[in-house]
Amino acid sequence: MADSYSLMQEQYRKILVTYLKEKNEQGLYYAQQFSKKVLENQISPEEVVSLHIEAIEELFPYMPEGAVDSFEFLLEVMMGYGLAYREHQSLRDKQRELENEINVAASMQQTFLPKEIPFVQDLDVGVLSVPASKMSGDYYHFVKDENGCVGLAIADIIGKGVPAALCMSMIKYAMDSYPEQRLQPGALLENLNRVVEQNVAANMFITMMYGSYDPRVHHFYYSGAGHEPGFYYNYAEDSFDELSAKGVVLGIRRDSSFLEYHKKVEPGDFIVLLSDGVTECRTDDGFIEREEITNLIRQYKHLPAQQLVENVFYQLEKLQGFQLRDDFTLIIIRREV
Amino acid sequence: MSVQSSVEVHTEWGIVSARQAGRNLAKEIGFGSVDQARVTTAISELARNIYLYAEKGEIIIETIEQYHSSGAKKGIKITAKDRGPGIKNIREVMEDGFTTSGGLGAGLPGVKRLMDDFDIDSVVGEGTVITAVKWLR
Repeated sequence: MADSYSLMQEQYRKILVTYLKEKNEQGLYYAQQFSKKVLENQISPEEVVSLHIEAIEELFPYMPEGAVDSFEFLLEVMMGYGLAYREHQSLRDKQRELENEINVAASMQQTFLPKEIPFVQDLDVGVLSVPASKMSGDYYHFVKDENGCVGLAIADIIGKGVPAALCMSMIKYAMDSYPEQRLQPGALLENLNRVVEQNVAANMFITMMYGSYDPRVHHFYYSGAGHEPGFYYNYAEDSFDELSAKGVVLGIRRDSSFLEYHKKVEPGDFIVLLSDGVTECRTDDGFIEREEITNLIRQYKHLPAQQLVENVFYQLEKLQGFQLRDDFTLIIIRREV
Repeated sequence: MSVQSSVEVHTEWGIVSARQAGRNLAKEIGFGSVDQARVTTAISELARNIYLYAEKGEIIIETIEQYHSSGAKKGIKITAKDRGPGIKNIREVMEDGFTTSGGLGAGLPGVKRLMDDFDIDSVVGEGTVITAVKWLR
């Protein structure tokens, strides 16, 4: 520190002398470069004033007394900036620390999500989940049992960031501990609701859509807990239906029960599950209509499911100027023709 | 031998007197103008805290010496004492960004950064003692 100060002192005197002699733009450019170096070396504002005083006293030994004193006065005035500067430095270090911690937490959160989508005979599955910031409040789940039956869930933890992520870990472990209900969406949501109601703060809620798919007979059973409705694409009629399920948000009432719905999935049909980050995509003209989403899906429906969801995401991201305001999750499960 | 002066603080004049005493001693010890300004600013902040929150207290300013194998080190020590309300949560007031007076970077964390050593003791209902030292390099 002392070293860098004396080095700076010499440099400052040199560029100041050059400037006073030539008085040109080049000299001022050196001053600008010097100010960058000063910041790099973490020299605070009052020290810069002191650099100036020392240089001036050396260059003009016969300066009027008042002029010298006025610099001392300036130095005192700069003390406040010095304090603010040091606080800024320490806050910046702290922010970096926090960011590192969040990065670790975010990569840990990734391990809660399925590492890969298991291959299921006759099904084409596409999944995309993108957090708005580092931690996500969206959760999805995809398991295949020994009979090839699939249990899948999409959930949105109301709230964002770290608290939502903490809550997600609980949901994941609770879901893993009910293997026998994997194929009974209503019963599974009832169990989950009890866990959430008992263990999560009163101001935290979770919406979820849970479904089970039996690829041997192509039956899809599903239940919902206040979750954003999805879509069901009917291939024969080339039409989209709302895929909604009545049910109270998880964590509100202890004894909620959830209706179970059923669809017979025909070749070419597909199921679309989404989080509200998809439908609440906001543009300058307000929220987009659900119809715009089905239009986008229709536009890309000839593509494999994974490419389909990626294309829809890209278009919606573009609509929002590549700034996500909410966590985004889109899942498409298609029965192959 | 230590030079010591004590200044009562219960008006803004007291703050100015404490600054003056600190600057004089800092100059005498041989601190440069930047460090003089730092010591004075630290005294000013501590005295203002007394004036604003405890109403009455004192600032003691003294020279101190520390002996090493390589020689002696000289410094200035500031002690701010009051019998005010005390600080309930010291950790909180030592945190950056926490300030009741709205200053940027000022307050106790600012004092700590301006000086080399810093120590605080406070008992609610009894008062606060803060010591801060700046060593001559």
